[in-house]
Amino acid sequence: MKEEKEFYERLEEKGISRRDFMKFCGMLTATMGLSSSFIPEVAEVFAAPKQRPPVIWLHFAECTGCSEAVLRSMYPWIDELVINILDIAYHETIMAASGTQAEDILHASVKKYEGQFICVVEGAIATKYNGAYGKIAGRTFLDIAKDVCPKALATICIGSCSAYGGIQAASPNPGGYKGVGDALGIKTVNIPGCPPNPISFVGTVVNYLLLGKLPALDDVGRPLFAYGKSIHDQCPRRSHYENGEFVTEFGSKEAEMGYCLYKMGCKGPDTYNNCPIAKFNDGTSWPVQAGHPCIGCSEPGFWDKMTPFFVESK
Amino acid sequence: MGNRIIVDPITRIEGHLRIEVEVEGGKVKDAWSSGQMFRGIEIILKGRDPRDAPLFTQRSCGVCTYTHYLASIRAVENAVGVQIPDNARIIRNLLHGAQFQHDHIVHFYGLSALDWVDVVNALKADPAKTAALADNVSNGQKGGTVYFKEVQQRIKTFVDSGQLGPFANAYWGHPAYKLPPEANLMAAAHYIEALRLQAKAARMHAVFGAKNPHLQSLAVGGVTCVNDLTPDRIAEFLYLWKETQDFVKNVYVPDILAVAPFYKDWGAIGGTTNFLAWGDLPETAKEPDSLFLPRGVIMNRDIKNVQMAVPDKVTEHVTRSWYQGGDARHPYNGETNPIEGDPKYDTADKYSWLKAPRYDGQPCEVGPLARVLVAYGYGKKEFADLVNSTLQKLSLPATALFSTLGRTAARALETVAIGDAMEPWIMELVGNLKKGNGRTYTSWTMPKSGKGCGLNDVARGSLGHWIEIEDGKIKNYQYVVPSTWNLGPRCKAGKLGPVEESLIGTPVADPKNPLEIIRTVHSFDPCIACAVHVIDPHSNEVYKVRVL
Repeated sequence: MKEEKEFYERLEEKGISRRDFMKFCGMLTATMGLSSSFIPEVAEVFAAPKQRPPVIWLHFAECTGCSEAVLRSMYPWIDELVINILDIAYHETIMAASGTQAEDILHASVKKYEGQFICVVEGAIATKYNGAYGKIAGRTFLDIAKDVCPKALATICIGSCSAYGGIQAASPNPGGYKGVGDALGIKTVNIPGCPPNPISFVGTVVNYLLLGKLPALDDVGRPLFAYGKSIHDQCPRRSHYENGEFVTEFGSKEAEMGYCLYKMGCKGPDTYNNCPIAKFNDGTSWPVQAGHPCIGCSEPGFWDKMTPFFVESK
Repeated sequence: MGNRIIVDPITRIEGHLRIEVEVEGGKVKDAWSSGQMFRGIEIILKGRDPRDAPLFTQRSCGVCTYTHYLASIRAVENAVGVQIPDNARIIRNLLHGAQFQHDHIVHFYGLSALDWVDVVNALKADPAKTAALADNVSNGQKGGTVYFKEVQQRIKTFVDSGQLGPFANAYWGHPAYKLPPEANLMAAAHYIEALRLQAKAARMHAVFGAKNPHLQSLAVGGVTCVNDLTPDRIAEFLYLWKETQDFVKNVYVPDILAVAPFYKDWGAIGGTTNFLAWGDLPETAKEPDSLFLPRGVIMNRDIKNVQMAVPDKVTEHVTRSWYQGGDARHPYNGETNPIEGDPKYDTADKYSWLKAPRYDGQPCEVGPLARVLVAYGYGKKEFADLVNSTLQKLSLPATALFSTLGRTAARALETVAIGDAMEPWIMELVGNLKKGNGRTYTSWTMPKSGKGCGLNDVARGSLGHWIEIEDGKIKNYQYVVPSTWNLGPRCKAGKLGPVEESLIGTPVADPKNPLEIIRTVHSFDPCIACAVHVIDPHSNEVYKVRVL
């Protein structure tokens, strides 16, 4: 009991109330598909580890939407992730150093933590002209990835761009963009979505810190705990689909009634993700709730395979 | 010849940016701004369904999320000739207002504060004196000796761990940092508060926009969020708005006023010459007359002489960019192809993936400072009062607006003005619903062909999208983006882009640690993924653009 008291004291020192903390751990444990008996262990993962696990976060061809999505994390808050839980050694959007000072950090961190750091990649890699369409400090994304990713303990691809190439890889793919796994021929853990829900990313990291291994993946590298079921199977509008009650125009009576969006082009039946359950921004909403069809953003090649977006799937 | 300094990567921005400067006698003599990535979204859009363009172009940027989504929807609506209902206009404005609030807070604290605030120096602060300082300058919710002691302890534990994460190897202790330890501690505490506040502010987007980043509730013809126009949802939005605007008024603006007196010399550094704003936030269907952010252009800093801005005067140059061809062209008939092979970086020739947009042949700064100057020049009350009282509080002349400090302050002041405008919009929406007007969408049909444009002003500045439809498909799609205006390279005439110009004369105390360069570059809030795109070969016909 003494130990537990210290544990919560340590948390309170960090400005985290016991109630908030357990709420987060419970939610995360459920999201990860673990039984509630794991809640205390999930909690322990976040309780000020002696050495925070090092993370090197690379930005390639992307829009920074995935970093922004993680910034919206509320359980835990982003300042806790950055200051108390992880050691984000390199991340261009938040780091104070620029230029040479930033480059020095990248090289030093890769060397210091070789075989120990988690490499998170956001963005696709240009391959046309040996990757000449994307550079940082004179090096191509391709060269940087080839140098850094193989030295990582694991590479987590956050977002559909690093996972599968994303929007810049859509036909005719002017820069020859590819996902990290494809470009390097390595196995990656993929957290696709445009952007993904931060809870799916945090859940993957916790899975590793808690169980010492990465979560079980499907055949396109996605953790089953978040991507194991289709949007359609989890959709609160599913009964309207079964009853043949469809929206056929925005702004219609049927739209007001919250009918099924399948005939408006909804890609829910072909899309695997946790959106209807986890929702976005602290459970505030998700596209179908806002009356918009799912665009299938967590599926490989969705910018070609799922378009035109507003036409019923065949 | 002076020393060349290259800063690559520029961090705490969106995208991949390289800045090179030549320093002589401790000051910048020449500067080059270079975008280092090319994706080609406009090429990818060709032949696709016009209704898909807004979802594609939104992925230009996840930091300025929503802005391209909105601009693109407006361009398509202009091309198909549909007028959206009042409620849809209001909801779009509310989402856009929330974007300004969120984005500017993130920029000041997350992306630029560390240029002015020495976090490590905060460890030397006296928490009691910090509490007194905070009480004196701000009405923030959090404060008091105990609070600042806790924050300081948290920073100390972090520094003592030896794992400095994103704060490693930075410019701490640099002579250009001027704040006393107590001000550094106060600002560091607000930096952490802002990290949490922004996550809450972004929930405004989720209420009517499904999620943030990358909203998904607009449709060509209106909005789709019909089921969210309920009292509980509107109240949720209202309370999130209030919490955000309280932070803007009680923490963000007071921090600017508290920090600025230590950096008054930056009121004469980092200025540019010409300013352009397309304007935005229509308060009725009549544009540009009803725009809350007015449309205008200012040449040679002549703020008493604001002219109406017209898109026909825009040209884009590629002489110094990694594209083939050399003529300056109107964006509607741009003729551009990326060069083949590995682009050679050469500051004497071609050196960027960004093009160089010009208005009437002149480079123009766009963004918060341009908007505030245009509104101030027109004498628009919501802005004039804020600008005048701020100048008075800081004992600075109006000329100090043309600077890095002016740009940073303008961003905060427009956040106040836009945030204050939002409450009446919410009440207008409630009024419509009360009267039984719940319309959110206007029906339309896809024409066989059409052309349209959407002129917008978004967090980082003036944004234009242009679309040409043929056989119901996208024939051509182009956008001219804020960061292309601000961070573009030299043009055919050799005129420097605004950021390049702004860096000339900047003092550099230590060329190995060019903190001063980064300050001015950050003050423009660069977004490079947005700024780089290519316009495809197209007929030479300049088509007439209907302005929304």
